[in-house]
Amino acid sequence: MKTLVCISKTPDTTSKISFVDSGKNFNTDGISFIMNPYDEWYALVRAVELKEKVGGTVTAINVGDASNDLVIRKALAIGADDAIRVNANAPSSYFVAKQIAEIAKKENYDLIFLGKETIDYNGAEVGAQLAELLDLPFFSFVNHLEVEGKTNILKREIEGGEETIKVTGPCVISAAKDLAQQRIPNMQGIMMSKRKPLTVVEPIAVEELVSLITHDLPAPKKGVTLVNADNVDELVRLLHEEAKVI
Amino acid sequence: MSVLVVIEPSAGIINKGGFELATFGKETAALSATKCITLVLGNASNAGELGIYGIDEVLTIDIPTYDSVVYAKTIAEASKKLDASIVILKHNANGKAAAGRIAIKLNAGLVSAVNAVPVLNGAVLQVKRGVYSGKASATYAISSSIKVITVLGNSIKPNATGNALPVSELDLPKVTSTLELIDRKTMSGRAPLPEADLVVSGGRGFKGPENWDILLELADTLGATTACSRPVADADWRPHHEHVGQTGVAIRPNLYIAIGISGAIQHLAGVNSSKTIVVINKDPEAPFFKAADYGIVGDLFEVVPKLTAAIKKLKHE
Ligand SMILES: Cc1cc2nc3c(=O)[nH]c(=O)nc-3n(C[C@H](O)[C@H](O)[C@H](O)COP(=O)(O)OP(=O)(O)OC[C@H]3O[C@@H](n4cnc5c(N)ncnc54)[C@H](O)[C@@H]3O)c2cc1C
Ligand SMILES: Nc1ncnc2c1ncn2[C@@H]1O[C@H](COP(=O)(O)O)[C@@H](O)[C@H]1O
Repeated sequence: MKTLVCISKTPDTTSKISFVDSGKNFNTDGISFIMNPYDEWYALVRAVELKEKVGGTVTAINVGDASNDLVIRKALAIGADDAIRVNANAPSSYFVAKQIAEIAKKENYDLIFLGKETIDYNGAEVGAQLAELLDLPFFSFVNHLEVEGKTNILKREIEGGEETIKVTGPCVISAAKDLAQQRIPNMQGIMMSKRKPLTVVEPIAVEELVSLITHDLPAPKKGVTLVNADNVDELVRLLHEEAKVI
Repeated sequence: MSVLVVIEPSAGIINKGGFELATFGKETAALSATKCITLVLGNASNAGELGIYGIDEVLTIDIPTYDSVVYAKTIAEASKKLDASIVILKHNANGKAAAGRIAIKLNAGLVSAVNAVPVLNGAVLQVKRGVYSGKASATYAISSSIKVITVLGNSIKPNATGNALPVSELDLPKVTSTLELIDRKTMSGRAPLPEADLVVSGGRGFKGPENWDILLELADTLGATTACSRPVADADWRPHHEHVGQTGVAIRPNLYIAIGISGAIQHLAGVNSSKTIVVINKDPEAPFFKAADYGIVGDLFEVVPKLTAAIKKLKHE
């Protein structure tokens, strides 16, 4: 089985967020970056598990500049066989989908995995666009996947429930929690990752339809109103009369 | 020209989320004084009620919404037929799976998770959304002639301005699905978390699953949906779909009551867009108090039953 896993780089989950250039750009000062948790813990690990079970290869792909190589090496350490980096700072999800589609078109991947969303832009946009460009079925928020030959049985989270679906042939899957269990790369994996191939390719041109105007930070909270534990009635009064939420 | 709003009923009825989307569409259409058309995917006994929210036309078409290929083909065809310049979908599992496909088919700019009615600037649509898990927001300009957006739950209050309308079926060529739906489970009872107005959430402070009764009673009294922190779901004290935060569900209810939750940054990332936050924690130094509007420093095992009683009293007045 031949799989492709799309990985992205995001600020560490504890990062304090700020912007420079009058709100245009993210301030990377003092920020440490990680592999997007959904890509690493669920998408990549499930692809590696399937390879271990039925054989085949796992390729990791990223659209980004050379500073992403650390994250890509981690994907190789966790178990991807090789990696491709499209050498460009992606201005949009459309750009990312176009670049990945361009590469995937030439290969016959059985499965293409993504994370359910990146935790920086929380868009969940790349997967559906990529699937459309490749004319493949797409399943969002998959938390369970079994493969038997060409048939995939998967479960996906829907609003207030879950669906089980059977699909035959290649498809694109966005991974949600529980699709796999997080793996920590071991020493051998880390050593091997240094020798695995990482191919860098140049991007194709893309016409952008969406542009960023600015970023804003939320207004600071006015501070908490503390109510004495013996005076719970007062909290209820405030919620009813002041906040008007109950 | 028109604004096309795609509505997915659940279990045969359109719920609050659908009426929110109708109001959102109506206000978006008002920007350019165009028609707002709703397209309901499947049967909904109350589809005509969409008219109450100022919609000009209510159409239906029955499709397997779980198949993004069929979903996107249908909506793209409908958009062409109805001359839609803005297509609005809900930012939920099916909406997200289809929106990107529709955008590609229509050569449209896509922005997802929009949380406020857009601004029209000439032919450019300006939209706002949360980024960095609610820690910031971003404004985008969509310049393509057709625009596709997905809208977060609780972004607008449904606004009744008109009368119910007759519902007619949209006539489009049938698209067949290559997928087989084996099973669909829906949780009945409480509103799904992303739509809930009121949420009561518990953390490790509860010590174990056997202590959840007091939280459930508070939630029942309020008519609230229940949630939990990640370690609580990881330990199987509560079902996984209740896990909120950066790696769980992101929510923005009117009221979020956090009980025995410390307020780690990854937890806050999923709940900090809530309108009012109440924190109950025995540790006055718990970081959650910094993000709260109201707080009680105290032992949850004493405070929660008292709070339930006080709310019961209010409801009986
Ligand atoms: C990459 C990453 C992603 C993560 N994603 C998430 C996520 O999506 N959601 C999430 O929730 N967490 C997430 N976490 C975990 C997060 O960092 C915290 O560990 C977690 O939120 C803590 O859960 P808690 O507040 O229930 O438990 P604790 O931190 O143990 O806090 C328990 C609180 O209960 C209080 N308490 C104890 N007893 C009582 C009592 N009797 N009465 C009143 N108060 C009491 C304590 O004072 C304490 O503040 C993530 C972590 C990482 C590294
Ligand atoms: N720059 C990128 N390179 C490779 N894959 C990406 C990139 N950005 C996003 N992805 C993939 O697309 C998924 C969804 O991202 P998004 O649509 O931005 O929320 C991520 O979880 C990744 O799997």
